[in-house]
Order: sequence, then structure tokens, then C-alpha cells
Amino acid sequence: MEPILDIKNLDVKFALRTGTVTAIDNLSLSLAKGERLGIVGESGAGKSVMGFSIINLIRKPGYIANGSIYFRGEEISRYSEEEIRAIRGNRISTIFQDPMMALNPVLTIGTQMTEAILAHMDMTQEEAERIALEKLAKVHIPAPEKRLNQYPHEFSGGMRQRIIIAISLLTDPDLIIADEPTTALDVTIQAEIMDLLIELCESEGMSLILITHDLGVVSEVTERIAVMYAGRVIETGPTEAIIKNPQHPYTQGLLKALPESRTPGEPLYQIPGMMPTLTDIPPGCAFNPRCPMRGEICITKRPEAAFADEHTGHMAACHLVSGDLAS
Amino acid sequence: MNTPTSTPILSLKNVVKHFDISGGLLEKLHFTDGRLGLQSTIVQAVNGVDFDILEGETLSVVGESGCGKSTLARCVVGLHKPNSGEIYFRGERIDHLNPKAMMPYRARMQMVFQDPYSSLNPRMTVQKTLEEPLKFHNPGIRNGEIKDRIDEVMEQVGVDPLWALRYPHEFSGGQRQRVSIARALMVDPAFIVADEPISALDVSVQAQILNLLMETQAKRGLSYMFISHDLSVVRHISNRVAVMYLGKLCELTDSESLYNTPRHPYTKALLSAIPQLGVKKSHIRLKGEVPSPINLPTGCIFHGRCPYADERCIREIPEVRDCGTGIVACHRVEEGSL
Repeated sequence: MEPILDIKNLDVKFALRTGTVTAIDNLSLSLAKGERLGIVGESGAGKSVMGFSIINLIRKPGYIANGSIYFRGEEISRYSEEEIRAIRGNRISTIFQDPMMALNPVLTIGTQMTEAILAHMDMTQEEAERIALEKLAKVHIPAPEKRLNQYPHEFSGGMRQRIIIAISLLTDPDLIIADEPTTALDVTIQAEIMDLLIELCESEGMSLILITHDLGVVSEVTERIAVMYAGRVIETGPTEAIIKNPQHPYTQGLLKALPESRTPGEPLYQIPGMMPTLTDIPPGCAFNPRCPMRGEICITKRPEAAFADEHTGHMAACHLVSGDLAS
Repeated sequence: MNTPTSTPILSLKNVVKHFDISGGLLEKLHFTDGRLGLQSTIVQAVNGVDFDILEGETLSVVGESGCGKSTLARCVVGLHKPNSGEIYFRGERIDHLNPKAMMPYRARMQMVFQDPYSSLNPRMTVQKTLEEPLKFHNPGIRNGEIKDRIDEVMEQVGVDPLWALRYPHEFSGGQRQRVSIARALMVDPAFIVADEPISALDVSVQAQILNLLMETQAKRGLSYMFISHDLSVVRHISNRVAVMYLGKLCELTDSESLYNTPRHPYTKALLSAIPQLGVKKSHIRLKGEVPSPINLPTGCIFHGRCPYADERCIREIPEVRDCGTGIVACHRVEEGSL
């Protein structure tokens, strides 16, 4: 099947006074229609930059240095600002972490919703309002007619995030990029929002890219995961395979560091050291200084993504997996 | 795991903390039945909480935003004065003490905050940050002694003492949290209140800080009151867990029973909401939203969202009762139908 989104060998760089840093390094990913993909990693891994680069929101001093992004077969990474606007917020919507920051506090929900529709579609105010109501009902907001005339501060955090989701649905997008959509919310609200995202993807046939640091959340919501480290995708495959049988030592470490993996009270597993800053990424494998399985080759040669399981598409960029290093 | 004793280090007796947020006189003016009157707006943050924390124990307080867990923590260390109720530290009542009489207790109780970016003074070097509490509580302490103590504590929390002259911005989030913990340890406390100490940190760093907290506890025989919304972390480090909802205790029991056999309907909903690795499960959906702490519901505060609520729950406030493994405040549990 033709993928809805196909990223090929993407490099995103930032030209800083101190030198050029590579925030996204040779990233390739593809996403099928209706598929839910999780992007996992710690702060500074480049997850959000990757999300921004898809909708061409990388601003100076950042730039796409290499590679291409295809959306429904069109190379959108070559689009002009004007052309990309027909896609951004229309065919591809985004949901951000903090629902209070994403809504304008001095406009009613109704105004903000119809504004978004009228920006992309040629229709009357009444028609736009009808669509807004329909989408509010879809995200289970009770009494949507009344809610349209209210301001963001009159809603709770969970309700605001539902409104953001409703706004992202207005134009019936093909793809939603959700960047830490539940991080600012309480667990019970988080559970509701996750259920809602799954439900919408299934009923509307939308694809979802879920960017998060929470392994529990991705494991519930997504079908496939890409794990990022220092701007690179180091492991990708079906969610279940990665959670149950991680191949890259970094993914293994992340999972082992969770309290769930040990009996209560026992010391937790610690990955030694820290993620390198983008200005001094070590040569070879970016993870090599922290890796318990490091060999000579890891310091000298950067590992290519190799299949751990060709059948499911489970791949990892590690010399252990490619067989260049004996375990 | 740490082995707690049976003597309480801290006891809370019916602690109540309300905040008057009505503002100035003009803001209090309200028309009711055609008459002008004064009306205050009160946030009822903590409404009668009782429990003990034992020597050497980790007691966690969990609940969602606005349930009063942080307010309770602040009452405990004396940052807020409770409106009523009593707080005892090793048998001595401390909630009504004046600042001077409170001083010796302040050195015994320390606090670690959530955000290591805003809880360290950006204009103070690590050394200054660490020596301040020590000098404050031990006036006349020799410089050599201070230096030794700083080296010892920094070593213990895993920050190289050579970095003592650096400023907070030169450290990563995890290292800053280590410095915060070091600051709390400087005065050799017996009890630490940690308010969401790892929520601002990445997964791999969380593990480091949790290990540090557990290690320090084992070495120094500390007691912790651990405030968190992350239930899997709480399960890992706690002896007992208290679940709060709208300023009240729903359930308090040892951590294994809480996770294996939760009794209160709210605890059940909370536990079902935690995403679990590799498990696609269904979540218990609660009706509606958390009510405002300004107008608390009648009867059981949870009745509006509880799937098992009946007429008695709307009318009557459930008492906190012993249910074998711990305490629960629920009519249904008391009647034996849950």
C-alpha cells in the first residue's frame, strides 16, 4: 500500500554561532493510512523537531539540509510557504502539549473554531458553525451549542485538550501530529484522551504520529514505534515487539529503568551517563559511551539500520543486530 | 526495601486548610435576595486529614491536581499554618509554634520540590546553596567543618565536589535535583517531604533520582512523605500509600494491597487509568469532572462521579474506617457490597 507519509534520509540542521548542529540525522520513516505511530525518546532526542519538520515549521537558524518528505505522494518538503499552508492545519493537523497555550484566551471557542474552518474552506459562517458543533460532539463535549460561546478559561484542562482535538479535526485531516498531548494532564484525563485518539483514528481512518516520552502511553495507543536518540532513529518496529523484545541497548535500558520492571523497593536499572548534547555527538554509534555492550567497531563506524525481524519490519541501528559485533 | 518501625515520626490529626481567595472588600460585595452583603470565597484545599508517618517509612500521597496533596505537604513542614487540626513531630505538637520555637524542628524536616529549575537560586553557586541552611541552623560553625560537610553530602548524592563553585545553569535537570536533595540533607534531617521530585525529569534520570532517594533512606534511616501523581513510581518506593480526592483521604493502605486489591471506587478508577506496558486494557470512565473545591459536594465528595453512588452517599459523609488491610472512606465498602 502507498504510505500516506514517507520521510527519506531527512537531515535537519541548525546554524548556530558556535557551529552547525544536526538535530535530525538521516531519518527515514513511513506511515500507512490509518496507522498510529509513536515517536519515543528523552528530551533533546529530536522528537519535536521531527514533528515540526513534517509541516515545514522549522524556522531559522534551522533548515532542512537534506532528504525529502512525501505526503500522499507529493514532495511537500519542496513546497513554498504558500503551498504548505494548504496542507498544514488542513490535511495535517497538530496537537500540542499545553492546551492553554494553544488556545487564544480572549476569543470564544466558537470564534477560534470557525476561524480555522474559514481559513481553509470556502463556506458561510453558519456552515462553519455546524461543522464546529459536529466536531465538538465527536470529542464528547456535553452541550456543544452552549460551549461555543464560552472562553478557554471556562473549561477544565481535559476539556481544553478535547477542544484542541476538535479543532484539529475540523478539516477532516489525513494525519494528526500529537506532540506530548497528555503530558500536562492527570492520569484519568490522560486515559480519556488516549481512548479518544484511538477511537477517532479508527472511525475517521486518520493516521496519527504520537510524540511522547511516556512508554506506557505509546504502548497503549500506537501500533508502531520509532525510538529516537540524539537525532537518530535507533529502533523501529511494531509496538509490541519493541516493548517485549527490544533490540537496541538504549531501548532495553529505557524499558529496564521503569519501576514496573523491578520488584518494589529494589534499586532501579540506571543507564550510565547522559544523552550527548547536539554539539558533541560521539563518532560511530551515538550511544556508544553509555552502552554496556560496546565494542571496537561502535566507536569507529556508525551502525546502519538492520532487520531484527524482516517479517514484522522490526529494525535497529546497532552493530549487534547487524552482526558486525558478536554479542 | 526499608524496614519501618511502628513509632510515628509525624502524626496528622484532622488537619484542615482553607484559603480565602475573595480578595478586597469590593470583590466580596454580593447581591443576595435584593440585599447587599459580604461574601467570602473559600477554597477548601484540605478537609480533615488524619494519618501517621512511621519512622523509617515512605508514605506516598497520590491524587490528581487540586486534591490538596501539595497543600498538605506544605502544612506538614510549616509553610502553611493549618486552619484547624494538629500536627505532631515525634510526639511534640508543632503546628501552633511561633517561628522561633519552630526552628529546631525545621532542621529535622526538609523539603525537596518538583522543579529543579526554579527551586535553586540561579545566582548562588552550589556551595552557597548548600552552606546556607547549615549556617542558618548552626551559627558559629567553622568554615572547615562546612567544607567537609558539603564535600561529604555532594559525594553522597553523586555530584562531584569539584563542581561546588558552579551555578545551577551549568547542571542538567537530574544533577540539579541531586543538588536539591543535597540541600535538604545538609542539616541532617530525619524526615523529608518530597513534592513530585521526579516529575520534571526524563525516564532514565528518574531512575537515578529514585535510586538516590532509596539509597539515602537506607543509609540515614530517613522517613519520606512522597507526593506524586505517578502511580507506578509510588508503588515502587512506598511502604504505604494515601489516596486523596478533593482534600479528603479516600483510602490508605500498604502499597501491595492498594495495587492488588483497591477498595475505594476512586482508587480503582485511578489505577485503571495508568497506561501499562504491552497491555491494552479498558479504563474505568468516571462521569463528569472534579468538582470545584470552593463548593464541595454534600455527603461523600466523590458521589457525583462514582458509579456505585446511591442516595446515602449524597446525604451522609462516609467515615474513615478500618477494612483489614488499611482504611477506606466509602459507604459501599462499609456495607460490604464492594
